Amino acid sequence: MDVLLSAFDILFRWDVLFALLIGSVGGVFIGAIPGVGAAVAIAILLPATFSLEPIVGLTLLLGIYGSSMYGGSIPAILINTPGTAVNALTTYDGYPMTQRGEGRRALSLAYSASFFGGILSVICLILFAPVLAKVAPLFGSREIFMAALLGIILVVFAHRGQILATGMLACFGIFINSIGLEPIRYTKRYTFDQSWLASGVDLIVVVLGLFALSQAFLLLVENNYSPKATPLKGGLFQGLKELWIYKRVASVSASFGILMGMIPGVGEFTAQFMSYTYAQKNSEKPELFGKGSPEGLVASEAANNAVPAAAMIPLLALGIPGEALTAMMLSVFYVHNVIPGPQLFQNEMDFVMALYISLLLLNGIVLIFLMFSTNFILKIIQIPTRFLGVVILTLSFVGVYSLRNSITDCAVAAGFGVFGLILKRLNLPIVAIILGMVLGGIMEVKLRSSMARVTTPLDFIDRPISAAIFAIIVLVIVLHIRTAVKEYCEHK
Amino acid sequence: MFKLKPMKTLFKRDRRTGDFVFAVIFLIFSILLLSQLDEQVHWSNQGKFIAQPGFWPAVSLTGMTIFAFFHLIGSALSQRIYGRLKEIGLWVRSLEYAAWFLLYVWLVPQVGYLPMTLIFMPLLVFRLGYRELKMFLLASFIGFLIVLVFKTFLKVKIPGGELYEYLPGSIRSFMILNF
Repeated sequence: MDVLLSAFDILFRWDVLFALLIGSVGGVFIGAIPGVGAAVAIAILLPATFSLEPIVGLTLLLGIYGSSMYGGSIPAILINTPGTAVNALTTYDGYPMTQRGEGRRALSLAYSASFFGGILSVICLILFAPVLAKVAPLFGSREIFMAALLGIILVVFAHRGQILATGMLACFGIFINSIGLEPIRYTKRYTFDQSWLASGVDLIVVVLGLFALSQAFLLLVENNYSPKATPLKGGLFQGLKELWIYKRVASVSASFGILMGMIPGVGEFTAQFMSYTYAQKNSEKPELFGKGSPEGLVASEAANNAVPAAAMIPLLALGIPGEALTAMMLSVFYVHNVIPGPQLFQNEMDFVMALYISLLLLNGIVLIFLMFSTNFILKIIQIPTRFLGVVILTLSFVGVYSLRNSITDCAVAAGFGVFGLILKRLNLPIVAIILGMVLGGIMEVKLRSSMARVTTPLDFIDRPISAAIFAIIVLVIVLHIRTAVKEYCEHK
Repeated sequence: MFKLKPMKTLFKRDRRTGDFVFAVIFLIFSILLLSQLDEQVHWSNQGKFIAQPGFWPAVSLTGMTIFAFFHLIGSALSQRIYGRLKEIGLWVRSLEYAAWFLLYVWLVPQVGYLPMTLIFMPLLVFRLGYRELKMFLLASFIGFLIVLVFKTFLKVKIPGGELYEYLPGSIRSFMILNF
């Protein structure tokens, strides 16, 4: 109870609530505009939040993170263009519903399912917090190393059909992280006698290049596109009632979202895959899936909106980000000397609880905002894409240059921007590079600090948690090889 | 299985034009970096292999090269997708906007954040082919808003322009602090 009261004390300040409001509402717009997305916005805003208090900066970014998927469903349903990548599945059932003249119903259901997924996820997080507070301290260097390794392996295996490319990019991320002065003996690694490489390659510069600048370049070089959407008539409240009909699909999908969100490196797509498959298998009308099934829409939206809150679990409890956005947030923690991990749960539980409550609040803010402002958002999403490219390019400057006022940083970011454009055009996962950088850094530090207690490789797995994580790693690899062999035999 | 198969196609990531070229370039890049391993990292005679400064570069570059090799093989064995040159042309075209960005970065500390943004955005809008006055005004307005939010209110670290030195005293410090 004391923790809760202290959390309210942290949260209920005008600057924190204002940041939450701006983040939540801004996130809806950002998610709704095709070609922007939460990753671009968070990358740009990241350095600006460094001057803010940790709780203010984090609630702002959390607001964007948690609300962008709500906004992304609007263009996905009304104009068949997903606002964010994770809303791609929403187009499969949302847009056919719009074509049938049920756009309002589809949007209303999507908002309700998203709200349900988001709220259920945060409630689980709050209920789970005492357990996490007990389990997290059991994670020592060996366990965190193993968890980071599992994260890398899962990122690679989660990208079915692109495992080789994802592995290659994850290794590239680990390599980038190793450039510069090595932390123990201070010897140079891959600096090629260039002074600007001695301090290494900054994660934020890479993030801004790969997410923000690459998106700006992409919008500037591709053909112009100006989405057109017809304004909606009538209220959007009936979806809340209709969701009751699909309560089982919504609950199971949100549970998949929570589960997949908690596992580093897996995320929304796997949660959507599992929930959509479940919904279709158990539907009375499976033939409607992909042709405007309300159940498909509910499954997709409930699953993806349950992920952000759940993704905070490995980040806060172990300091291990599960995907690109939480990796970016990790840098905000570090800048403010708030180190996520077992110690945070032991010493600053009120801070953690304040973040959870802010996630709860943001879902309410966003739902209310969307119920009354969807038609206004429809006007914003009609911005021509090339013009949007100019805006993102100008905004990217703030992000990169304000870090250290370095033109070199900007040149490096521009280089990564072009590289990111190529990866996006080739449909290769950028996230693997970022997770490689972050998890590679964690693995290096934890491996080194665990060496004092490790004499043989078996010592790594002589404790229950590290042994369990090792068993999961082996299981993941074996299962993947089995599936690959099976698919190959079927194909033959 | 009847139900699962369409799901797999729904979530399958497709190979795109230019994949082969990218795979070749990335493999060459990985091999070149790996060949520099002895030169670019320090190997000590003492300590375990996993504690060596070169351990992580060695692991990552070996992994990169192996994955890149098999990715290239996969790409070479896949059915050819036409339009490779057009795709590379698009990659190269993005360099023009990288140059625009770097020019903007270079000029801001000299001209000043606000004036440079007010020049840069409408100019780039013009380059993109927009000719309506509405778009130029919108670009200028958004540019002004960006400067106002980030520099004036959030006080992000962007230095005042050298040109501001020529302004009269009180206006100069106001401009340096806010714009």
